[in-house]
Amino acid sequence: MTQELTQNRITSLFAQKSERLLNVYFTAGYPSLNDTTTILRGLQAAGVDIVEIGMPYSDPVADGETIQQSNGVALDNGMSIKTLFAQLADCRNATHGEPITVPILLMGYINPVLQFGVENFCQKCQEVGVDGVILPDLPLDLFLEEYAPIFRQYGILNVHLITPQTTEERIRFIDAESDGFIYMVSSASITGSVKGVSDTMKTYFERIQAMNLRNPRLIGFGINNHETFDMASQFANGAIVGSAFIRHLSEKGTSPESIRAFVETIRS
Amino acid sequence: MQTTLEPQTSFEVSNKGFYGHFGGAFIPEMLYPNVEELRQNYLNIIADPAFQAEFWQLLEEYVGRPTPLFLAKRLSAHIGATIYLKREDLCHTGAHKINNTIGQILVAQRLGKKRIVAETGAGQHGVATATVCALMGLECIVYMGSIDMERQKPNVDRMRMLGAKVVPATSGSQTLKDATNEAMRHWINNPVDTHYIIGSVVGPHPYPDMVARFQSVISEEVKKQLLAKTGSENPDYMVACVGGGSNAAGAFFHYLNEPTVRLVAAEAAGQGISTGHSAATTALGKPGVLHGSRTILMQTEDGQVTEPYSISAGLDYPGIGPLHAHLFESGRGDFYAITDDEALQAGFQLSKLEGIIPALETAHALAALEKMNLNANDVVVVCLSGRGDKDLSTYSKFL
Repeated sequence: MTQELTQNRITSLFAQKSERLLNVYFTAGYPSLNDTTTILRGLQAAGVDIVEIGMPYSDPVADGETIQQSNGVALDNGMSIKTLFAQLADCRNATHGEPITVPILLMGYINPVLQFGVENFCQKCQEVGVDGVILPDLPLDLFLEEYAPIFRQYGILNVHLITPQTTEERIRFIDAESDGFIYMVSSASITGSVKGVSDTMKTYFERIQAMNLRNPRLIGFGINNHETFDMASQFANGAIVGSAFIRHLSEKGTSPESIRAFVETIRS
Repeated sequence: MQTTLEPQTSFEVSNKGFYGHFGGAFIPEMLYPNVEELRQNYLNIIADPAFQAEFWQLLEEYVGRPTPLFLAKRLSAHIGATIYLKREDLCHTGAHKINNTIGQILVAQRLGKKRIVAETGAGQHGVATATVCALMGLECIVYMGSIDMERQKPNVDRMRMLGAKVVPATSGSQTLKDATNEAMRHWINNPVDTHYIIGSVVGPHPYPDMVARFQSVISEEVKKQLLAKTGSENPDYMVACVGGGSNAAGAFFHYLNEPTVRLVAAEAAGQGISTGHSAATTALGKPGVLHGSRTILMQTEDGQVTEPYSISAGLDYPGIGPLHAHLFESGRGDFYAITDDEALQAGFQLSKLEGIIPALETAHALAALEKMNLNANDVVVVCLSGRGDKDLSTYSKFL
């Protein structure tokens, strides 16, 4: 691990805490363009461990209907990577209320990042205090070949996914090339499309647990309530909630109370 | 076909799936096992003599190949050059699309897949997929933009009659791009028993190469037919329309290394390149990633994919196959942007001059002839990729 990464908020977090971590996803610019920091503060106040902010994209193939629809609304609202960086610009400072200390991940698709410029993107991430990214359609071999040195230079983690279909050999490879944590996709699915935890999933969780990977693991896809969060936390270091939170924002709004209520139902 | 199996040139795909700067496999990890399984097996499967025998027998006895190469005398006189039409419109189901679906269903069977998913724009690829699924007794699910379902209703009915389930894609522009997204999502959700039959030379490696190989039968036949008719297997120009670009890839395939043969691609300009209602990718796009490959892509400054427009559902796509992006960038291909009006006019013209009603997609290739400044002694082959029956409701508005 490079020196930059040892100072990374995500690696520091996992050094201190290894159980029942909660990562919550929301789409930047949804429901309204300027909700980003409101939701971010709400999630921090509610005590989530990591916040994952979606950079909306016109063609999010790995996402289901809920997140896809929120991406569409966010784009119609005028959200872009540039706008998102502007919104996050002083969030780590205390100039507008409580400073943001929670680790931040950006999740999105590769094309908008390519158009923004990969180096420019990493530099801006470092500048505003983003700790890592998830870019599902940037394949690992291409990342290692073309972009890994740039990410390392700016201390930005790139979180990789594994699925029930990923072979043991490839999981070992991903584990060796990962920093921060591994994102375990709970089942063969897009986001928001599965309900609950099946026996097949449990077998998969146990199989991965037995591999003793060097990286911590968070389980995502299908984590939508207390029961699924608990189950995921038994087999991994915690879990990621996305679509369920987007649905909650649509129905109950972005107030700190609404966000706290959601996080409490997941946690306890 | 054997001759097509050895990569020989810089226009052939590299080991990592690139044509020059374009191609690759930009896919989420959820699709990695599926695409990797295909990548590791497709060349061996295609090279297997038993596969070859079955593929060629089906092309001959089921599809009706070889398709004729027809000297269009009245069109030639009108244009002022010698024009041959490669009659892919005479294939079973009315377009070249079935060359690819026959090949891919045989691959799917050998991979042990039980279900087929596909996307379709004009419905031609959906019909060709539903057809081979019926032939082989496999379950078939076709995603189609809900707007396309309206404007291509006869093809929706044909797919249903063939036993396929047609699912409307209701996201985004509700056309081909969105149908492709939905088909990819379906594949992510069903990774083990399903094969995704992509209908064009797009998508992650190895799809562009695999589809081009199956469509390469077009130029393989043209070479033999032209030799018999003219004494040379090489025309001066090979002309085809490009949406994703599968018929063009097949028509160009065996000429990629013949620099004396100019490769001409006709893209859909829609209402005009600068109107904001266009699908002329090379004129309006820049490098980007769509549906698993790096290609030329119509997009906003922020990298959001632009909604394309064309009167022809089969060309209504914001990207092009990575091979074509490479042909464009390297200058090997000439790209023309053809408007809706020019295509319609060319469609009516071929109908009256030769008694052949072309698909609206194909009409774009015919319209390019008017722009090419041809000489009297030029020999031109146009890939007549599909017949126009499916477009009658559009044509009839201009009768």
